[in-house]
This record gives sequence, C-alpha cells and structure tokens, in this order.
Amino acid sequence: MTSKETPTGGGSVGSASPGAEQDGGGSVEHAGVEHLGAGHAGTEHAEFQWHSSLKVPHPPEVSAVRARRYGSWYFAEHTLRVMRGYALSLLMYSVGQPLAYLFAMGVGLASLVNTNGSAQFGGVGYLTFLAPALVASGALMSATGEFMFPIMSGFKWRRTFYGPHASPLEPGQIANGHIIGVTLRILAPTAIYFGIVLLFGAAGGPWAWLTIFTATLCALSFGLPLMAYVATIQTDAGQFAIVQRFIVTPLFLFSGTFFPLTALPLFLQWIGWLSPLWHATELGRVLSYGYAEPAWLTVVHVLYMLAAAVAGWLLSRRIFVRRLGK
Amino acid sequence: MSQNVSLNAPHKFVISAHNLTKKYGDFTAVDDISFDVPAGESFGLLGPNGAGKSTTMRMIGGVSQRTSGTLTIMGLDPEQNGPQVRAHLGVVPQQDNLDEELRVRDNLIVYGRYFGLPMSYLNPKADELLAFAQLTEKAKSKVDDLSGGMKRRLTIARSLVNDPTILLLDEPTTGLDPQARHILWDRLFRLKEAGTTLILTTHYMDEAEQLCDRLVVVDKGRIMAEGSPAALIRQYSTREVLELRFGSARNTTVAAELQGIGERTETLPDRVLIYAHDGEAAMDSVSQRGLHPITSLIRRSSLEDVFLRLTGRSLID
Repeated sequence: MTSKETPTGGGSVGSASPGAEQDGGGSVEHAGVEHLGAGHAGTEHAEFQWHSSLKVPHPPEVSAVRARRYGSWYFAEHTLRVMRGYALSLLMYSVGQPLAYLFAMGVGLASLVNTNGSAQFGGVGYLTFLAPALVASGALMSATGEFMFPIMSGFKWRRTFYGPHASPLEPGQIANGHIIGVTLRILAPTAIYFGIVLLFGAAGGPWAWLTIFTATLCALSFGLPLMAYVATIQTDAGQFAIVQRFIVTPLFLFSGTFFPLTALPLFLQWIGWLSPLWHATELGRVLSYGYAEPAWLTVVHVLYMLAAAVAGWLLSRRIFVRRLGK
Repeated sequence: MSQNVSLNAPHKFVISAHNLTKKYGDFTAVDDISFDVPAGESFGLLGPNGAGKSTTMRMIGGVSQRTSGTLTIMGLDPEQNGPQVRAHLGVVPQQDNLDEELRVRDNLIVYGRYFGLPMSYLNPKADELLAFAQLTEKAKSKVDDLSGGMKRRLTIARSLVNDPTILLLDEPTTGLDPQARHILWDRLFRLKEAGTTLILTTHYMDEAEQLCDRLVVVDKGRIMAEGSPAALIRQYSTREVLELRFGSARNTTVAAELQGIGERTETLPDRVLIYAHDGEAAMDSVSQRGLHPITSLIRRSSLEDVFLRLTGRSLID
C-alpha cells in the first residue's frame, strides 16, 4: 500500500499524545485496513445485477475441438476485422497506386521508350512489358508492410498475439491466421491492379489474369521469410527501415522491372536471380504475352517462389511456437 | 509422468500442482511448489514482483511449459491438452493485450470467436459484458481512447466471454486508482458468488484480504506459507501493530531501547513496528521508557506483516 509509505500530514507531526495521533493518522493512513471491517468494496456500485441469462451454446470441450479444426480461420477473421478499420485507405491506395504508376510509365516513360516491335521487350509495347512487373511489385510492397508491423505489434508493441494464445488457439494457428488474412488482403488490391492494367489495354493475352495469383505468390515468397525474421526481433532498432530501403527498393529497381535483367551488368544480375520479384515478373510476362523463355526456367520461377513461401511459412510457425510458449 | 495423476485425480480439485518447477537457464522462477484448488474457491498467490507468480499463472494458463513437476487443470495436463484446458479458462494477463486497432465491442466478439462461439450468442453476450464492465457507452470507441481502468475492465470482460470455469487474474488492479480498483473488486466478488473459481496474483495485501478465501505467500519461487488471510495473520502476526517513527536517523538506535515491549519488533528504514496483542498497552510502555516518537499509530495486523515476518522484506519495495 502506497498510502502507508507517505509521511503523515502536518497535524500529527510533533504531537506527543499517542491517542490524538492515532485518531489523526489512523483514518488517513489505514484506508486499506479500514475496508476489512467495512465489508465488500464497491457496494456503492451495486446498481448492476450480474446474473447472466445467456448460456454458452456449447461446452468447453466443443470449443476446443472447433479451435483445433478452425483456429487458423478464427484468427484470419480477426486479422480481416482489423483491416476493415482501414479498408477505405486500402481501397484508395489500391486504385491510386496503379493509376499513378501506369500513367507515369505508360504515358510518360513509354513515350520515350517506344518499343513497338523491339526484341528487347519481347515485341510488345512498353506498358505491356511493364504491367506484370508492376502488378507483382505492388503485391510485394503490400506484403512487406503486412508481414512486418503487425508481427512486431503482436509480439511486442501491443502484444496482440498473447491474447489469442491464452484462448484455445495454438501459436501455429495464429501464424496461419495472419498469413491467410494477409493473403486475402493482397489478392484484392492485386485484382484491382490487374483490372486497371486491363483498362490501360496493357494486359496482353487471355492468360494474363493469372498474374493476380503469381503476384500474390511473389508477395508470399518474400513476405513469409520476412515474417519469420520479424518474429525473431526482440527490439525495434530500425530494422524495418533497413528492409524497406536496402532490400525492397533494390529488388524493385533491379528485378527486371523497368528493363530486362540482361540489360544490367552481369555483376548485378544476381540480385534478379535471387529476387522473387524477378521470378514473378518473368512468369507474369510469360503468362501475359507469351514472352519466350526456356520452359525449365518458367518451372524454376514457380518452384523458387513456392519454396521460399513454404520455407518462410514453416519457419514462422516454429518461431511463433517458440516465442509464445516461452 | 503426469498422465497417471490426471487420469486418477478426482475432479474435486480444478487445479492440482505438485512440485511444479520452471527454470529459465540457471534461474529458477518457480521452485518446487505444490497446491490444490477446489472448484469455486478464490485462491491467491501473494508475493513481491519477481516472486514467480506470473510464471505460475502462465503454466496454469497452458501457455508456458514447466521444467518439472505435475500440473492438472480440470484433470487435464495443459501441455498435452492445451486447447481443451484453455477452453475452460478466462485469462486476465498482467499487461493488457487488447487489440487497440479494433473497437471496444469488437474486441469481445473476436475473442469469443476463438472459442468457436456463434455470432447469435456473441452479439447479446458482448452487450451484456459491456454492461458488466460499465463500458456500454464506449462500445464503439477505439480501445486507445479508454482510460487504464476501462482497459482493465474490458480485459476482464473479454476473459468472461466463454463463461470460464476458472478465471486467472494476474495483478488485476496494478496501476489503477483506488476507485477503479473498488469497481473491479466488486465485479470479481460477483463472479465468485456466481461460482467461478478465481486464481489471483497480487502484491497488494488489501486485495488479497478482500478477494481470497485462501492464499499462498510466495517469495523467490517458493511457497512460504499457506492459509486463509485471517489464519495467516493469526499464525504469523499479533493482533495489533504499533508503528513508531522516530525519524530515519534514530529508528535503529531507538529499536534497541524498545526490546521487551510486545512480542516482537521489526525495524524498517522509516519506522519501527512493535507487534503486540494490545497496541495501547505497548504504547504506554514506550512512553514509560521516556521515548517520544514523532508519530505513532496502532493498527490491526495485515498480510503485509505476515510477509515481513516470513521474508524479512516488504511486499512493495
């Protein structure tokens, strides 16, 4: 009790009479002891009668079974409810971002790089060449945010993973649920992005819509390893800015986005080979306008992204289990 | 090892811990503690910060693995049957972990969903819990806008969404102003009356005295004593305590001259405590020895005195 530690007020200081002091100090200093005799605390708040009329529709055993079966989806639902809070700004971003890029590149840059028929760009217009790269990088950038900040928040800033962890959910399901939620959150704006590409007439052939999914896979192949890494961070010491500036930005610039990777000096091309964005971009070009590359390379694009995503997923789950169960 | 215990244990105890130990590397946070809690009891762990209370709570809550010993909750081992055990529990952690990006009411709904509860139940339940926590007007507010006391009440409301058999409360009122604490105590009392088993950690002796039927005093991961608050006070302290302040410079020297008054004296940096059955009589003896403290007061013994007696230290440093 802190009140006891505070010095007694002026009234009792210097007084020699023990009786007077006890009266003077006792009531102030011993509020805590006072309520022992006074009965239950807070009886003045008794206006509310607590008798729940609602019966829980199923016993705890059923809760446990449901959580085991659907727990990942329950947490995904949570993630989506949180996103609903900023749905409007997400929507505006999802429309505004592609419009800005496609105008700048399609109207501005493309007028300088007139490529019709250029073998460098696979014989298509510059915007058609660019579109699959923009769709994929848009997805990757959305994923970067969603796999960094909410993870740090869940473990550290707001500890929002610890709430569900105390419920029947398991740590792995919390990781899964976040991944499911973010995947849906990436699919939607990526589809919008593709729709705007269509409006600009830059989609290419009939299979171009598949880039919505290859772009989302790209986002996961970068985002899930990132999630695993962020889940290990104990203190925020600027790692997020470093990821944005020194990983995401170079990936965006050097993954064959604005020009073919082969246009780069050989000593920089490795960035592209490692970059999920390059694999997604090349794959998108194959799907959009039948960009010619060896079939084995197309298979490598898919496998590379799948492998990175699965590795990131498994690692994230493991780190979640370890960190939450400490 | 624990399987046998859990299979044979009658459901008389909702929680059974035996030789429960938790180590982090070389550090032993919980050191070989044992206790049983029958259904409907309000059971407390009283001790200073770092005594191992929260670690014990996290093991009971099925979120932290024990190093050794056995533990059963509702007859189940939380390490083998985490989801089943946690489905019975309501948990109020020491640190609020509400989702501040969700609105107040949505925090309750989302939490209920983790238990697979349908919206047809959760919608009215959320309203009922908001009323219980006196947060009805705040239903649509951002959690960020709530005061500390309101957040704490929302955390408690959230823990009740599944009508838990056992409610775990880790330092439920730390950091709250006195009025907010009284509101919370009142709410917890109602739950207890409704038959919920309460497990509570606290370093506030008045909270323990208010809420606990029985408690263990823990220090450095070990149980120092166990009993009802009144029994502990009877066993480890006298009926009354005379507190004397001679000024911080003189307390120690005067303490020697007080020998023989009351049953026992305890010298703290800021005051001298004389444990006596009759505080008035002890005060008279002090005056007869020609000693005149700057302030003095007589009070009933409390759990604080029990703790001081058992550990030689105050609960709150």
